Amino acid sequence: MVLAEEKCQGCTNCIKNCPTEAIRVRGGKAVILTERCIDCGECIRTCEHHAKKALSDTLDDLKKFRYRVALPAPSLYGQFKKGVLPRQVLAALLRIGFDEVYEVAAAAELTTYAVREYLKEYTAGNGRRNLPLISSSCPAVVRLIQVRFPGLIPHIIPIDPPYVTAAKLFYRNRLPELEFPPEEVGLFFITPCPAKITEIKTAVQQDYRVDGALPFVSLYGKLQEQVETGEKAKVEPKSTGVGIGWARAGGESVAVKWENALSVDGIHNVAALLEEIEMDKLNDIDYIEAMACQEGCVGGALTVENPFVARVKIRKLAEAAGDKKLPAEVSALGRTLYPQSFFYWTEELTARPALQLDKDLSVAIRKMEKIGQLMTQLPGLDCGACGSPTCRSLAEDIVQGNAQLSDCIFILREELEELARKLLIFSQKRPQTLRPETEKEGKK
Amino acid sequence: MSAPRMSLDFPVTGGDFIAAGEAASKIKKTLRQLGIDAAVIRRVSIASYEAEMNIVLHARRGRLVLQVEEGEIRVIAEDEGPGIDDIEQAMQEGFSTASDLAREMGFGAGMGLPNMKKCTDEIIIESEKNLGTRVVMRFLNK
Repeated sequence: MVLAEEKCQGCTNCIKNCPTEAIRVRGGKAVILTERCIDCGECIRTCEHHAKKALSDTLDDLKKFRYRVALPAPSLYGQFKKGVLPRQVLAALLRIGFDEVYEVAAAAELTTYAVREYLKEYTAGNGRRNLPLISSSCPAVVRLIQVRFPGLIPHIIPIDPPYVTAAKLFYRNRLPELEFPPEEVGLFFITPCPAKITEIKTAVQQDYRVDGALPFVSLYGKLQEQVETGEKAKVEPKSTGVGIGWARAGGESVAVKWENALSVDGIHNVAALLEEIEMDKLNDIDYIEAMACQEGCVGGALTVENPFVARVKIRKLAEAAGDKKLPAEVSALGRTLYPQSFFYWTEELTARPALQLDKDLSVAIRKMEKIGQLMTQLPGLDCGACGSPTCRSLAEDIVQGNAQLSDCIFILREELEELARKLLIFSQKRPQTLRPETEKEGKK
Repeated sequence: MSAPRMSLDFPVTGGDFIAAGEAASKIKKTLRQLGIDAAVIRRVSIASYEAEMNIVLHARRGRLVLQVEEGEIRVIAEDEGPGIDDIEQAMQEGFSTASDLAREMGFGAGMGLPNMKKCTDEIIIESEKNLGTRVVMRFLNK
């Protein structure tokens, strides 16, 4: 996440709602602590001044490539008026500057196959170690685990999210059919998700690279116009309801059809559930679908349509396109690719210990004690007026040298009161050479 | 200056299912901030949670004490409660004296103490009938 500084009023609304306490107000403006930020987009939703945004590309960036491919997220289909069909949305993408659309919803069906295979193998082979397994499809949840729940990293299913599978599939199957060299072909993910954008912007060079990311909000006007005025049909979608359904919370588990599964959405709900998994309280469940946004990707921070409305639209589109069974050709392709490790992550996931007080345990212990001491002095109101989200986080900031005790307006007030008392006492002290008031008055 | 050693107290109230689990959760958060290895935190969290639930389920009140020093973490669970009749029997999987209410809430499967034992490097249980129980759990932190 980045700040649009000119829009930030320095209010403290965003700092309170951040699940990793990654925002401070300093010098009258919000500051995002990048190492803690998981790009969940909560602050975009909270900020009434619209001062939070995701780094993203624009349609101008398409010009860098001769052949431009759109990878639309399944949730895009639920953003338009009732009755608008996926094929109209795909056609509209072609009219605003893309040469081809390669549906992420179609790739999601392969991901469905891969997740199901992985679950089968894992639950058959590992006793009940590291259960429940956690879906890796939501990047904000994956990063929440890296920052706040590193112990749960072994629970994450190491299978690529659908958009990565889409890109890999494009390079494997489609690119060889084109007459363009790879560097002249640009892949752009059309997404509702700030975390996916950050993931793409910070990715190390891969042979299945996605070149850019465009948020729904920035394309909506143009797409809307084309959907309304352009003639129908043209591009026949490859996806069925199984892939389209991934756009909504619970869609992934419905697609994967795993009996002993649980679905959770909303970043704070997810955090509460992860807390329980860390205590080993949910080890009788096999599989958890966890989405940072309420209602799932249709509730993404960069969407236009109301999440609840979009969720219903997605459900209806999925039902209409058939959401009960994976198409036979998808299963067949999955059977070929799965044993080749096609769906697996290429990089290992590591912890991001951004909440650690110090690398050295003895220093960390001293800092922890100092925090305890500070907590007895602070008022415990968690008002946020100091620019840190809670009294506890102010204490941590002080210990880390990023704030001072007098940033607390209550402490400052106490200090002023003390100063005023001293001022009064000093003002009443009289030099020996001065005669007392009473005597002076008597003389008059 | 001697090697630093930290000790923190987390009170637990018997029968309070709303706050149940909070002490263990705070212990976990503290260890995370201290930069303790994730696998060790995992063991400490699970054992602390079980110990906390034992106090909530069986005792009037108690506390968890977290002690951290280089190389070792200790969690001490002390309570004022009924005490354990036969510690050896209580360590058996499936043995439980939890109330019907607790069982209805999904507790009392008789896995608490065995689970705690599995997670710790050493566990010492002292108990006196009608007075209370004290459990010392040691975790080596490489």
